[in-house]
Amino acid sequence: MIRVVLPPHLRTLSKAGSEVQLDVVGPVTQRSVLDALEVRYPMLRGTIRDHVSLRRRPFLRFFACAEDWSNEPLDTPYPAAIASGEEPLLIIGAIAGG
Amino acid sequence: MSKVRVLAGTRKGAFILTADGKRQNWEISGPHFAGWEMYHLKGSSVDPNRIYASQTSGWFGQIIQRSDDGGKTWFQPGTPPGEPITGPEGMLKGESNKFVYDTSAETGKPLTTHLWYDGTQHPWEFKRVWHLEPSHHDPNTVYAGAEDAALFKSTDGGVTWHELSGLRGHGTGPKWQPGAGGMCLHTVIIDKKNPERIYIAISAAGAFRTDDGGKTWKPINRGLHSQYIPDPNAEIGHCVHHVALHPSRPDVLFMQKHWDVMRSDDAGDQWHEVSGNLPTDFGFVIDVHAHEPETIYVVPIKSDGEHFPIDGKLRVYRSKSGGNEWQELSKGLPEKDCYVNVLRDAMAVDQLDKCGVYFGTTGGQVYCSPDAGDSWAPIVRDLPAVLSVEVQTLP
Repeated sequence: MIRVVLPPHLRTLSKAGSEVQLDVVGPVTQRSVLDALEVRYPMLRGTIRDHVSLRRRPFLRFFACAEDWSNEPLDTPYPAAIASGEEPLLIIGAIAGG
Repeated sequence: MSKVRVLAGTRKGAFILTADGKRQNWEISGPHFAGWEMYHLKGSSVDPNRIYASQTSGWFGQIIQRSDDGGKTWFQPGTPPGEPITGPEGMLKGESNKFVYDTSAETGKPLTTHLWYDGTQHPWEFKRVWHLEPSHHDPNTVYAGAEDAALFKSTDGGVTWHELSGLRGHGTGPKWQPGAGGMCLHTVIIDKKNPERIYIAISAAGAFRTDDGGKTWKPINRGLHSQYIPDPNAEIGHCVHHVALHPSRPDVLFMQKHWDVMRSDDAGDQWHEVSGNLPTDFGFVIDVHAHEPETIYVVPIKSDGEHFPIDGKLRVYRSKSGGNEWQELSKGLPEKDCYVNVLRDAMAVDQLDKCGVYFGTTGGQVYCSPDAGDSWAPIVRDLPAVLSVEVQTLP
């Protein structure tokens, strides 16, 4: 079971809690986690990554085990602690002033 | 008694303001979609309970919301849970939040770039939906004006969208250039009598018309004069801020351009200036009285460098002669220290016998005049900056 923490606006949009739990088949990667997330919460499609290019939206970041994994290739396996559910994958909205 | 429902989109959510026909006592509902930029909400004239809304965010992109109960509840029409995530081609399935420019070999191949600020060509990039225009005949048909400028259409209630690429592809697309607010298609007007005729406007490309339901388009900017482009009389490149018409006379158009208030009596083929005695002819909004096709409204703004009213006095100007002769309307509006703006989609009129006029400001006020502009009162004073105002007249 993979754990994913969503930013507040996406919790509202998905009507999910702050942390969602997902079953991911195969290697646990950015692509497979987001696929599973969007199957469970289709209203989030397009909000985290582009519909077509699958590129991360610029103001969102992916943090795993206290490291920034935002720019890793889509199919790079996440650390074992993410894959086991010991640690959550954090999806973070960039801060902005004003 | 009839009642009105005002749909206000703001920088931080949507608000629904309702009142009976007297338009004195208002109920305020919201914020809906709190914290999101709500660029535009508009109801179907066929089914007033059907409302479409554009919800956007610099972080999370574009969401299309739909209500089938007059704004009480909302849903994303194209994201039913439990369906496969990808289609047969392996791409993520098309759904209501997906606006993809036409790149097909048949119709979209040449439509790759437009003019960028530095004079180079730049790829088209979808950013948001500025305006949603429901059909006058079918509640499931709705058009979306997008940034970067393109027109999309849905015929399934917003579940899926496809681009009417004849607009970008008619020939001048590579010369279009963004204005300071982005290259947005902000105005969509469907001829009520002839749905094959649609007018659109783009900042800063100009106005365009189709007479075949969106397959082919032509620029309709002859007569516009803009000092800020190299050829002031060019076929395209004019910063049109808004266009309005009266449904009974679909060939008569009124335009608030960056500077100049303009009029066309031949469906945009030729324009002439009707700024007349306005204290400044810069502004964003323009609208037409519901029952008097020659009565029009604008809100003069000091200049393109100072986006606020002259001398801090918020004023609406009304012409009962289709332009040139303008009357200042001030009763109930701020007399001093008012430095708000009124954005292009933030004025609307209702259909009651005594036509109501509404507008919203970047200071968060939504004003109503229940007597066609003679007097004004704020419905609310402290919303987030108002991006758009639409009104529905209900039985």
